[in-house]
Amino acid sequence: MLPEFELLMPRTLSEALEMLTQAREGVAPIAGGTNLVVDMRGGRHRPSVLVNVAGLEELRGIRRENGHVVIGATTTVAELLEEPLIAEAAPVLWSAARVFANPLVRNRATVGGNLADASPAADTAPPLLVLDAEVQLTSKEGSRWVPLDEFFLGVRQTLRQPDELLTAIRFPVPPSGAVGGFYKLGLRKADAISVASVAVVVEVGEDGTCRKARIAMGAVAPRPIRAYEAEKLLEGRVLTPELVAEAAHLCAEATSPIDDIRASAAYRKHVVEVLARRLLSEERR
Amino acid sequence: METKVVTLHINGRTHQIALPPNRTLLQTLRDLGYTDVKNGCEKGDCGACAVLLNGKPVNSCLVLAWQADGAEIVTNGGLGDQAHPHVIQEAFADAGAIQCGYCTPGMIVSTKALLDRNPHPTDEEIREAISGNLCRCTGYVKIVEAIKLAAERMAAAKEGR
Repeated sequence: MLPEFELLMPRTLSEALEMLTQAREGVAPIAGGTNLVVDMRGGRHRPSVLVNVAGLEELRGIRRENGHVVIGATTTVAELLEEPLIAEAAPVLWSAARVFANPLVRNRATVGGNLADASPAADTAPPLLVLDAEVQLTSKEGSRWVPLDEFFLGVRQTLRQPDELLTAIRFPVPPSGAVGGFYKLGLRKADAISVASVAVVVEVGEDGTCRKARIAMGAVAPRPIRAYEAEKLLEGRVLTPELVAEAAHLCAEATSPIDDIRASAAYRKHVVEVLARRLLSEERR
Repeated sequence: METKVVTLHINGRTHQIALPPNRTLLQTLRDLGYTDVKNGCEKGDCGACAVLLNGKPVNSCLVLAWQADGAEIVTNGGLGDQAHPHVIQEAFADAGAIQCGYCTPGMIVSTKALLDRNPHPTDEEIREAISGNLCRCTGYVKIVEAIKLAAERMAAAKEGR
């Protein structure tokens, strides 16, 4: 049984933003509900007012706009898989969507919700971090774009203010030479929460040097994180096996994992190094 | 809590029902007598409560009933009944894909969604499609066989064989 709450059903985005402003304390937006309903049932989250943003036309759709891919916040994870633009422009995000929860959850869970919930293990976060994504936060007063890397503050903490709604996600269309991959280690093939995950995108020039490297990791810190030191090491150099091994080690160094029911901190640190090395080796070509 | 009259089109029948905001679609369906929709984990992990919501398979335990206002819902029972079973239901019975039966309605709903968009799935695609449905009897081999049988029979019917 769910606890009692008030449920507001706006028909437009501006109505929703007005409701978020009015409600002040204990207000939470709800879309797919795949995290929120479970958290309310378990007593971990007790909002007194929910604003239903599922079905708001303004928050839907995936489009190409001014060199960016723009994803409406209530785009479901299943829709990421169905949209050719994602498979073509951002295979790293497509790969993460492929192993996200299970097919039933993917039909409800939204990209905006996955980010706003800010679980350290949110599976859309590492791929969006390596794509240099930004999130759009909108209130009655207006909109701001925030780099995703700055959006995450800690475990289930973000920059989003109570009167703001995460309305869209965007990232620059990667150049054609960019290659990447995502690997999620779970305790089973489907419907798993990440033990650790790694996303990688690298751009390698014709002379074989790495022009740009992005590496992000999930479930190994209080929030999804980038491996800045490893990225810096790779940029401007040829990705030799030795350099890749060194970068993978720096990835592990950047983590601060915890022991929990899924794995020990020591195992997470070890496995993240292995995953980073594998992904970077695959992209070496 | 304030109630709201919600309209649900379930298995071709229209219901109008006053509900408080904290009712899930799962509870609502069961209260209306659609007890083929099973209550399992209430976390979106087991798929026993799966229904087609506007054609897509979802966990009804995670949908607030108000969010489904105006939606078309199909449960396992809406696909066929004992007198006139659906091809998928018949295939599950013929292949012995049912042990305790608790996961079956959800499995059949996920199968319907799979075969609607992919009439000739590979074994891997079948396993992927039912990866949100848990069978605690662990009878997955026969469930996969049943889905292949259903696909064959549906293809044969389409070709008029």
